[in-house]
Amino acid sequence: MAEYLASYFDSQWHWVAYALVGLVQAGLLLALILTGAAVFIWMERKIAGRIQDRLGPSRVGGRFGWLQSLADGIKLIAKEDIVPAAADGLLFRIAPYISFMAAFSVFLAIPLADGWVALRMNVAVFFILAVAGLEVLGVVLAGYASGSKWSLFGAMREAAQVVSYEVPLGLCVVVPVMVVGSMDLVEIGRAQSGWFWQWLIFHDPFTFITFWVFFTCALASVNRLPFDMPEAESELVAGFMTEYSGFRWSVFFMAEYTSMFAVSCLAAILFFGGWNGPIPLATMIGLTPDNGALTEWLGNLLGMMNLIAKGFFGVTVMIWTRWSLPRLRIDQVLTTCLKYCIPLAAAMFLGAMLWLYAFPGGVVSRFVQTSPVGGTPTPVAVVDGKGGV
Amino acid sequence: MVLQPVDPALVEFDVLTDEMLVNMGPQHPSTHGVLRLVLRTDGEIVSEVRPHVGYLHRCAEKIGENVSPRQWIPYTDRMDYLAGMNMNLGWALTVEKLLGQDVSEKASTIRVLMAELGRIASHLVAAGTYGLDLGSFTPFMYCFREREKILDLYEWVCGARLTYSYITVGGVMADLPPGWLEKCEQFLDEFEPVIAELHAVLTNNAIFIRRCAGIGVLTAAMALDYGCTGPVLRASAVDWDLRRDGESRYTDLYKDYQYDVIAPTAEGRYPHGENYPPVPAEAVVGDSWHRFFVRMLEVVQSMRILRQAIARYRLLSGPVGEPVKLLQKLPVGEAYLETEAPKGQMGFMVIGNGTAIPWRARARSSCYCHLSVLPELCRGSMVADVPAVVGSLDIVLGEVDR
Repeated sequence: MAEYLASYFDSQWHWVAYALVGLVQAGLLLALILTGAAVFIWMERKIAGRIQDRLGPSRVGGRFGWLQSLADGIKLIAKEDIVPAAADGLLFRIAPYISFMAAFSVFLAIPLADGWVALRMNVAVFFILAVAGLEVLGVVLAGYASGSKWSLFGAMREAAQVVSYEVPLGLCVVVPVMVVGSMDLVEIGRAQSGWFWQWLIFHDPFTFITFWVFFTCALASVNRLPFDMPEAESELVAGFMTEYSGFRWSVFFMAEYTSMFAVSCLAAILFFGGWNGPIPLATMIGLTPDNGALTEWLGNLLGMMNLIAKGFFGVTVMIWTRWSLPRLRIDQVLTTCLKYCIPLAAAMFLGAMLWLYAFPGGVVSRFVQTSPVGGTPTPVAVVDGKGGV
Repeated sequence: MVLQPVDPALVEFDVLTDEMLVNMGPQHPSTHGVLRLVLRTDGEIVSEVRPHVGYLHRCAEKIGENVSPRQWIPYTDRMDYLAGMNMNLGWALTVEKLLGQDVSEKASTIRVLMAELGRIASHLVAAGTYGLDLGSFTPFMYCFREREKILDLYEWVCGARLTYSYITVGGVMADLPPGWLEKCEQFLDEFEPVIAELHAVLTNNAIFIRRCAGIGVLTAAMALDYGCTGPVLRASAVDWDLRRDGESRYTDLYKDYQYDVIAPTAEGRYPHGENYPPVPAEAVVGDSWHRFFVRMLEVVQSMRILRQAIARYRLLSGPVGEPVKLLQKLPVGEAYLETEAPKGQMGFMVIGNGTAIPWRARARSSCYCHLSVLPELCRGSMVADVPAVVGSLDIVLGEVDR
């Protein structure tokens, strides 16, 4: 699209075309994410209500309170923006945006459907891990700049926790990457097309266990209960968010929900077939690129809905976990990581490697004669970084 | 921006120093009111905890020297505001002891009903907020849902949901309304399965056990030294319950009821332990987990007493009796009586001088003693353990500060 637009400009104005396309894509992604965050916040309150034997929001926007997030947002924007006297003003102000930016940038590399990705990279998995890790910077800055002891506690905990959990998270992510043989998320998604037993979680027992380790580490890296050390409200008041109010607080809040959605989408792509549904419905009814551009577009739309549904499911499980479990202590959180998650992830990595060596084509395809409806996975190709929506 | 050099001596607790003084409270989500704890922390390790009390001091005892005993009943409500009925009962029994007055059997039975309902309500708050302290919000709502039913029962009896002033000197303010016993039985039937639910979400939850087993271990000797009472003392394997071991004026209320005093043996075994969830291997006698567990089991015993009291009340006929006059003259002399309130032994002292106004009115709070043992329990623990220990002691600041 950028090239198409650029052809209307003189060569020295090509950057305008690229900037415009970038803005449009960022806007589209932002719309998706902010709407998503609003829905997740509403969902969290509603699910929490149901788990706790109460109704949850039920007034704003009709019976189900689905405008509650909007009302909250208006309230938060209208609130006074307080910067404590002891705070480091500049860092205090930019910290939420750093957090949100990191969470948001992850979506640049997440393909919503086959080829529907803002920035196609051959190292997308690596990019996501690197950028998602930046979120901790915002939190540490917030904790340091707030000038509050509770915030400092929260920031230190976040630093310790996220840095530890990056290791097993990275190890877990390597397993599907190794199975498929590509770091490109589009390739990983394509490799899982067909029926649901083509999904990588069902590839072999090692990938199956890897997913659970991945999910645990993902919970920890997005600071959800039972790992919500940085903002443990019964110990640290609100952790790094103690001194934040109004809009900046809501930016942190959105960053949290955005990263929840991001890791859920990542889990869906790496382990649950990405945009491929459990049943290759789109292929069955002919929504494939072979039948023209419109059917391709419709198939991709279906795929996007698939991925978003899987992401929503992941977020729902996170919400469910949060309202069911008590919180671990910081040393127990780190023990879980260093003593259980890392060795387990390393063992799964080794196991998956041996499995690939023993059953090169995968077990299912060896014993079950399935005609791959979605076509055979395309061979790994070196992808240039210029793809686009 | 010009960097201004700061005299290090002026920066009281800089980030760079090893130790940090942190104020936990008086406004903090998990100090159960307006308790202020000053923590001296070294990273996540707490080297010293110093409780500061008095933020809820309302001169209740001084007021007690200016009003008659029956007029002071509403002030006792506001001591342990989570178990107002038990506070009423303690003061009423103390003044009756001074007056040498007995109450009708019907009034005594009603008192048992009210006191045991209060115990359940108080322990429910303790269990729910303990879950909250450990980061689990959902059991809190379950507990408060059940507590609401008790408050409904109380409201039906006396019109108030928190500050009852129902049990009073010389009896109770009114007889039970018709249909109340059936409602109470209905509550007990509904509540029974909820206990198993609470055991599932809290007692036997792996994370819950990890958070509170072996944390804040209070040995029996230390508990006795610091004057700990109630569930806190019993969890340290001291078999002591004033309902059984107290003064006859109080134990007479309970003498015909069948119930167990819940206290683990020194090995951590409970009476009729086979009926309850198993004690985890990590739990040490006297730790936070046992304190929590003792409360959960006491709730079951209170339900047993309640069922017996309901049956007994049905057999009684006749009036419930009138309380003493509002300005009843007190004889010269003094009386002190301790009762087994949900949080520990609540003692009241009254000195009469021949007028209707007591010369002295004093209260002895168990939570105050429990708070004094907190620095011992928290020394060397982690920041996250402080709420876990405070919650397991189940203090209420209204009673500490009075």
